[in-house]
Amino acid sequence: MAGLVLRRLALLVPTLLGVATLVFAFLHLVPGDPVEVMLGEWAAPADVAALRADLGLDLPLPVQYVRFLARAAVGDLGDSITFRAPVGRVIAARYPATLELAAAALLLGIGLAVPLGAAAAVRPGSFLDRAVRLGSLAGVCVPTVWLGPLLVLVFSVGLGWLPVSGRGGLAHLVLPAITLGLGMASILVRLTRASMLSALREDFVRTARAKGAPEWRAVGVHALRNALLPVTTVAGLQAGALLAGAIISETLFAWPGVGRLVVEAINARDYPLVQGCVLVIGTSYLLINTATDVLHRLIDPRLRDAD
Amino acid sequence: MRTERGARRAAACGAALVLLLALAGTVVPLVVPLDPYATDLEARLGPPDREHPLGQDALGRDVLARLLRGARLSLSVGATVVLVSLTVGVVVGATAGWRGGWVDEAVVRVIDVLLAFPGLLLAIALAAVLGPSLRNVVLALGLLGWTGYARLTRAQVAALRRREFVQAAQALGGGPTRIVARHLLPLAAPALLVQATFGMASAIVAEASLSFLGVGVPPPLPSWGAMIDEARPFLVVAPHLVLAPGIALTLTVLGFQLLGDALGDLMDVRER
Repeated sequence: MAGLVLRRLALLVPTLLGVATLVFAFLHLVPGDPVEVMLGEWAAPADVAALRADLGLDLPLPVQYVRFLARAAVGDLGDSITFRAPVGRVIAARYPATLELAAAALLLGIGLAVPLGAAAAVRPGSFLDRAVRLGSLAGVCVPTVWLGPLLVLVFSVGLGWLPVSGRGGLAHLVLPAITLGLGMASILVRLTRASMLSALREDFVRTARAKGAPEWRAVGVHALRNALLPVTTVAGLQAGALLAGAIISETLFAWPGVGRLVVEAINARDYPLVQGCVLVIGTSYLLINTATDVLHRLIDPRLRDAD
Repeated sequence: MRTERGARRAAACGAALVLLLALAGTVVPLVVPLDPYATDLEARLGPPDREHPLGQDALGRDVLARLLRGARLSLSVGATVVLVSLTVGVVVGATAGWRGGWVDEAVVRVIDVLLAFPGLLLAIALAAVLGPSLRNVVLALGLLGWTGYARLTRAQVAALRRREFVQAAQALGGGPTRIVARHLLPLAAPALLVQATFGMASAIVAEASLSFLGVGVPPPLPSWGAMIDEARPFLVVAPHLVLAPGIALTLTVLGFQLLGDALGDLMDVRER
C-alpha cells in the first residue's frame, strides 16, 4: 500500500515540472516586452530596469528557467506589482475563500446527486426518474456565466431572499455555491443513476434479497455502497475542477477568492501574480486528483490487488 | 437505457436546434436587415417593441441583431476550434499510436500534463497573455482541446496496427500515412464524430466564458458571453438583456448535447 502511494507521488514530479514549465512559458508568450506591457509606455527607465532585473529577464533563458523553478520549489513566487507584496502572501490571503466556496459546491453537488440519482435508478421510467433526467440535462446545458445572473434575478432581485454579492454569512454562500456546483451535480446525478442501475442487477443484491434482507437494506446498503465507487472518483476529479470553475462564480458574485484574483491580475497586467495564481490552482488540482486516485484504490479492494 | 426511438427523437431535436442556430447565424441577418453595431443613445436599455423585438442594450444597440450576429460568431468559433483540435489530435494521436516507443511515451506525457491542468484556467491564462482577439481565442481553445481526440485516435491506431488487414495493406506496399488514413481512421470516425459534437458545445461555452471574463472576443463584437457581462449592471432595470443571450447559449449547448448523446447511442460508441 505504501508502495502505491509512493509511486503515485513519484508520478507527480514530472507532471508538476510540466505545469511549472507551462507557467514559466506564459511570461515569454506576452507579445512585445512584458515589462513595458506591465508598467506602461511612460514608465521611468529606472523602474523598467529594476523590474526587469527583479524578474530576471536580462538573464539567459535557461538560467531564468532554473531560477524560476528553484524559487517556486521553496514557495517564492515573486512580487505582485499591483499589491506591492509577495505573490505567495497575496494568494494565501484569498485561498480560504475559494476553498470555502468549492467545499460548499462539492457538498451541495454530492448532497443533491446521490439521493436523486439513486432514487431515480430504483424506479427507472417513473415520474421522479424522468424529472431527474430532465433536470440533469438542463444542469449540464445551462452555462455558469448565465446561471449566476439567472439565480440573482430570481432569488435576489425577484424574491429578495439572498444577497446579490460579497462574502459573509451562510446566505452569501448559497448562490455562488449553486452556480459553481450545479453543473457538477448534474454530471454526478447521471453517473449515480447509471451506476446504481447496474449495481441493482448484480448477483449480490439478489443474494441479499434472497437471504431476506429488507428492501431498504438491499438497495441502500448492498447496492448503493458498490454504486458509489465510481461516483467518489468522479466527485474527486470534479472537486479539482471546481477550483478552476470558481473563476467565473467568484467574478459573478464578487467573491474574494483566488479565482477573482486571477481576473484582477489579468486586468492589471500583473503577470507575476497571474503566474502565481495559475501555479497554485494547477497544483491544488493536481494534488486533489492524486489524492482521489489513491483513495479510490484504498476503497476498492479489487484495484488494490490488481496493482 | 434509452430506446432507439427515443434516441432518434433526441437526435432530431438536437439537429433541429443546431440547424435553427445555423440559419439564425447565416440566412436571417440577410433577410432582416438589422445592424448589430448601430448605437442609439436616446433609446438606451429600450424595452422590446415592434421595431426592436428584443429591446435595446446599454448603448441602444438592437439586441436581436446582436444575438443573430452572435450566433454566427459562436458557430464559427466552435467549428474552427473543433477543426483545429481535431486535426492536431488526429495527427498527433495517429503518429503516437503507429510509431509507439519513445514518440508514444512523449505524447502520452504531454497529454497528461495538459490534462493535469484545469482547461478553463489554462485557456484564460493563454488568452490573457496573448491579448483579447478572435484569433487568440480560437488559438487558445484549439491548442488545448486536442488531447481528447489524440487519446481516442492513439488508442484506436495502437490497437489495430498489428492486425492482419493492416499487414496485408503493408504487404501490398501501402505506406503508414495511407494505411492510417484509409484503413484505420475510418474505424475511429464514429467516436471522433461524437466527441467533436460535444466539442462544439464546450468550445462555444468556453468562448462565452472567456468573453464574459474580458479575455475573449473584444468589443464591440457581439459574443453572447460578452453580452451577458455587459448586461449584468442592468439586471434590475432591463433583465431581458441578460435573458436573451443566456437562452440562446443554453439552447445551443442543448442542441449539440442532444445530438452528441443520440449519435453516440445510434452508432454504439461506448461512453468512457
